[in-house]
Amino acid sequence: MLKTYQEINEKIKKGQAVVVTAEEIIDLVAEKGTKRVAREIDVVTTATFGPMCSTGAFINFGHADPPIKMAKVWLNDVPAYTGIAAVDAYIGATELSETQGLSYGGAHVIEDLIAGKPVKLKAVAYGTDCYPRKEIETYITKDDINQVYLYNPRNSYQNYCVAVNSSDRTIFTYMGTLLPKIGNATYSSAGQLSPLLNDPYYRTIGIGTRIFLAGAIGYVAWEGTQHNPIQERAPNGIPLGSAGTLALIGDLKQMSTNYIRAASFYRYGTTIFVGVGIPIPILDEEMVEFVKVNDAEIYTTIIDYGIPRRSRPMLGKVSYRELRSGEITIKGKNVPTAPLSSYAKAREIANALKSLIQEGKFLLQEPIERLSLERTFKPLEISREEI
Amino acid sequence: MVRKKIVLTFPPERVDKPITYHLVKDFDLVINILRAEIHEEEVGRMVLDVEGDEEKINQGIAYLKSQDVKVQEAARDITLDEAKCVDCGACTAVCLPKALRLNKETWKLEFDKEKCIFCALCVKSCPLGIIEVKF
Repeated sequence: MLKTYQEINEKIKKGQAVVVTAEEIIDLVAEKGTKRVAREIDVVTTATFGPMCSTGAFINFGHADPPIKMAKVWLNDVPAYTGIAAVDAYIGATELSETQGLSYGGAHVIEDLIAGKPVKLKAVAYGTDCYPRKEIETYITKDDINQVYLYNPRNSYQNYCVAVNSSDRTIFTYMGTLLPKIGNATYSSAGQLSPLLNDPYYRTIGIGTRIFLAGAIGYVAWEGTQHNPIQERAPNGIPLGSAGTLALIGDLKQMSTNYIRAASFYRYGTTIFVGVGIPIPILDEEMVEFVKVNDAEIYTTIIDYGIPRRSRPMLGKVSYRELRSGEITIKGKNVPTAPLSSYAKAREIANALKSLIQEGKFLLQEPIERLSLERTFKPLEISREEI
Repeated sequence: MVRKKIVLTFPPERVDKPITYHLVKDFDLVINILRAEIHEEEVGRMVLDVEGDEEKINQGIAYLKSQDVKVQEAARDITLDEAKCVDCGACTAVCLPKALRLNKETWKLEFDKEKCIFCALCVKSCPLGIIEVKF
């Protein structure tokens, strides 16, 4: 190993660390070669800003007087899960408002909280000796409540499939509006800037890794839900479709709406764009080989969403360079492409994290545990009787 | 007399038919073609300003629909709240005239209103709900 985490952190503290983004390192390696870059560069910053449904926030409201054991909770008419403790709740991004339908959901509550807006809290209870109150209605802000932290069971998907629609009608999906007869193709990854595409075998991104989460300092808490490391990979180690994922945690009170935004997909529902930045330490030449990856070397699989089955037909493979050109060829037909993940925002986050590290405000944390490379991705089978 | 702006979408098998001729001849409508384009797979798009008797306009629209031509009322204006945009690009997926495009250098969204045919498909496709139509 050329450098240790400790050595890199010492350089960061002295303001001497050499930091570049995952985009900038591509040309540097081409110009100087792997060996020299491994010596000269200390940290590469990666980032992503895409819609990720599996997001939510844990809230501890604090105790009222007299106290209440909240059995059901609504935040701006969006139900939150309360089967945790008296004044704890979890608000999920995709939970919909009971009064506003698909246009407002848990994602919007989270954004409103981060923006500092007052959010209506309504709770009901059955009443107990220690918690006699049976209902409460008030307004909260992130500053009034005891604690609120984002817990994101799944984020930073290591690649994702391209969506098209071969059917005769327009369909509205979490991959956006898909025009009939393969009229367009949508994709959602920051490609060469994306964290897990720059560390394909999870060497430095693992449990405990310190990250930039929507403007706050956060951590990788666990492998994400649907973590699928055994996805087919190209010879360069890059998965050819949705693979690894991360569960993330961070203090919502420190977050900024510049890096996290509620979204509503037409005829699908609500979700949330979450900005994530992850530093990758250049420990040795192998890490340079990984982080130098560019969009032309990252391939993903085209999936037909026009067939509403779990296993949808695959229509070939395509690189991010082709996707970003604005047009790809499917079955001999030219198809316009569009992203859902903001490359401009990913770039902004990679640069914001770079500045934090250069200014000595962000130290690297070695993972406590590595993410699984063997976890299998299980489907839900429907059994006819209890086993 | 009524005046209406409509967007017509022609399926491939209709792009070579003299459909606008029939609007003039059979329904006595005064038409002004504001924009006409043929896209991938020869899907035709046309923005028409139609003037005439309200009943005749309705009959004309019914005729268009009978010819498998999709008819949408066109907006007078479309606005995009650039300050709130996150440049995700979801709207570009449905913008066939490419009025909404991501700049290949900055990856920021650019809106060229000159190319807009006011089909308003982008309004539904924006996950942030920041594109608005004004009739």
